[in-house]
Amino acid sequence: MSEPASAVALPVPEAPPRSRARSSSANVRRLGQFALGGVVLAYLGTILIAPLGAMAYEIIALGPLTALKSLLEPNALLALRMTAILTVLSVVINAVVGTLGAVAIVRHRFPLRPLINALSDLPLAVSPVMVGLAFILLFGREGLLASLTAALGIKVVFAFTGLLLGTLFVSLPYTIREVAYVLEELGTSEEEAAATLGASPFQIFFRVTLPNVRFGLAYGVLMTLARSVGEFGAVLVLGGSISGQTQTATTFIHDAIDQRATASAYGMALLLALVSIVLLLGLEWFKHKKHGGSR
Amino acid sequence: MKSTAYALEPSRGERIARHLTTLYLILIVAVPLLALLWYGVSDGLVSLREALASPVARQALWLTLWTSALVAVINLVLGTATAFVLVRYRIPGKSLLSALIDLPLAIPTLVTGVMLAILYGPESLLGQSFTNLGFPILFAKPSIVLALAFVTLPFVIRAVEPVLIELDPGEEEAAFTLGAGPIRTFRTVILPAIAPAALSASIRSLGRAMGEFGSIVVVAGNIPMQTLTAPVYILGEIESGAPRAAAAVSALVLAAALALHGLAHLIERRLGARHV
Repeated sequence: MSEPASAVALPVPEAPPRSRARSSSANVRRLGQFALGGVVLAYLGTILIAPLGAMAYEIIALGPLTALKSLLEPNALLALRMTAILTVLSVVINAVVGTLGAVAIVRHRFPLRPLINALSDLPLAVSPVMVGLAFILLFGREGLLASLTAALGIKVVFAFTGLLLGTLFVSLPYTIREVAYVLEELGTSEEEAAATLGASPFQIFFRVTLPNVRFGLAYGVLMTLARSVGEFGAVLVLGGSISGQTQTATTFIHDAIDQRATASAYGMALLLALVSIVLLLGLEWFKHKKHGGSR
Repeated sequence: MKSTAYALEPSRGERIARHLTTLYLILIVAVPLLALLWYGVSDGLVSLREALASPVARQALWLTLWTSALVAVINLVLGTATAFVLVRYRIPGKSLLSALIDLPLAIPTLVTGVMLAILYGPESLLGQSFTNLGFPILFAKPSIVLALAFVTLPFVIRAVEPVLIELDPGEEEAAFTLGAGPIRTFRTVILPAIAPAALSASIRSLGRAMGEFGSIVVVAGNIPMQTLTAPVYILGEIESGAPRAAAAVSALVLAAALALHGLAHLIERRLGARHV
């Protein structure tokens, strides 16, 4: 970086003092860079790396197998099964609704479009506890729609339906926003070309649009997966964490901490951490693919 | 032309798909939020006034507000600095570090809480030392700030990074060659470019922090008047069978969160920052 400065400074008469001034200012700059780097490393070290390292150390000290073995008890397996079912449903529903919704937001012009656009983003601003409360106010005892669900024979609060509704609410933005972002960057030229060549809307969607957004969709699906597996507040409020019934992997950890069952809590936390690290690797891979593909 | 006809007039199948998606979004997102807001204000704010008469509720709201605001400022300053270092510096293991920064997006917040509880817990050396110094972290306010900072870490970094990458380093070199010091170069060349993105992301992190629950519930200890945050207070009201008080306080926090969300959106649209 100091090369151009000395190259300019050479032919000028007062070269020595100026170049000395330059090099000392370059030193100041380098010192500033070191200080900034140090501050950033201290920040990331304190906030991010120390907690991660502490958990890794603790679980290695306890024995990863001991921790994971505690997951073989029936209630842990049932909690894992519940989380798996909720996650699969959430991923499938969000993949379909997210893709269709993104196409509608980006490609269509209709009166409700601004509303849909805003709604697709809104769950990010809402605390999961309030999500749980909102559904309780709708479907709980004396809820606004309680008579409707009672007539239909559906139980929502402290039941599977409630867990699913909470999970669907919090995981909604990820697929729809990712796909919308990719669609916006792509533009419409390929779809228009397909239409001009006589492709039906059905063909255009499955042969042009969907293949073009596949990496964005995959990224959104992984985010949906991570969010659904990790959801805690809404499923705690709506499910009540009834062991063997409405308990999920996260509420299992919460109960295990309360009962001081350290091995169970660490085992499940380790499993969820490993899942999220695998998801993270997938996210990083698709992020590069996504950006590479859009250029 | 057929191509424009396609862009403007979707087929019948597409219209049906659009109607169904619209209905889904309204049922899953709009109806519950409207129910919450309506329930919270339907009695003419009597429940809200009653709830706010309790010092426990007021303390919980105040604690949530200041810890979230503090973390938003930390994100704004140190997040911007981190993005700068990640884009401009050559450091070994940068891609690993960069991947780690996304971890808070993928890891369950409850697991974040467990991590912090291990790091600063009574059995850890670090936890014992801080307690002996008279500055306990776990089950005290610092743990709330640390948890919120972990959960919202990627917000500003990920928003500022792409702006910095697109910024022409030649401009900085020019400013520097013309005699501007590093601070002046930053203030006049870099800051105007990244400010909208950094600000809107910081506001989003504020809204996100105000609602955080999973990590807080593990690390804060949830002691009323001391470390009880608003979301945990709301949970307590729901569990003790006071949905009206819970809804009133929720409606208040939700209104604030939606206002912040809208403000961030406005900054992004007006000042051209991209919401990543």
